[in-house]
Amino acid sequence: MSAAELIADFRPQMIKFARLQLHDDAAGEDVVQEAIEAALAGIDRFAGRSALKTWLFTILRHKIIDSLRERGRTVQISSLERDEEALDETLDGLFNASEHWRPDTRPRPWADPHAALEQRQFWLVFETCLEVLPARTARVFMMREFLGLETDEICATLSLTTSHCHVILHRARAGLRQCLTNGWFGAEPASC
Amino acid sequence: MLTCKKATHLMSAGLDRPLGPGERLRLRLHLIFCRGCRAFRNQIGWLRNISRGFVGRDDGPD
Repeated sequence: MSAAELIADFRPQMIKFARLQLHDDAAGEDVVQEAIEAALAGIDRFAGRSALKTWLFTILRHKIIDSLRERGRTVQISSLERDEEALDETLDGLFNASEHWRPDTRPRPWADPHAALEQRQFWLVFETCLEVLPARTARVFMMREFLGLETDEICATLSLTTSHCHVILHRARAGLRQCLTNGWFGAEPASC
Repeated sequence: MLTCKKATHLMSAGLDRPLGPGERLRLRLHLIFCRGCRAFRNQIGWLRNISRGFVGRDDGPD
């Protein structure tokens, strides 16, 4: 299936999602159209259906945020920003007061990560972990690691400072690492 | 001595920009003594590799 056919395939789901978020059918179709146009820039590099879908929905979430912002629905915006703060708090909680790993949260080597790649279930966990990241955090991570864009390019596109970009990428990696540890590799207490 | 929290930030930054000589040295020293951060470094590096693979995956319809 071509990328265009896949997008056509996902369009009804995207519209349903956007309408739910915006409570407005016309606005929902508009943001889906904008998201598809924005997503087309990098679309040739997405051979996998799951990756393409995750990418489309991440862009769509962004367009929805923009649309909400234009309409001045500040309540939803601040709740999305709280997502990032909440994740930072969770990640900070892995460290003790002197910023070293707590004994129970210290990273341990993952058991046989290569075997995980062969399992379809692992990829579902990976996708879910991406989906539960805050929308902007996930988008920056995907631009960097899925599309392979340079950090400067990402910062410029999203009007972020370089240091903010690094903060977001760190949050994404640490958040995904933690999510995969909890969701797939198991969280055994460390002993050292 | 680098804290683990700062070390995780440096390790992530190292995937996006070249680290300075001082940063590299402090990080290397920290990693010699910190098993947790060594695991963290391997895992975020692995995340990069599998993300590249994820894009090329074709797992058929959902």
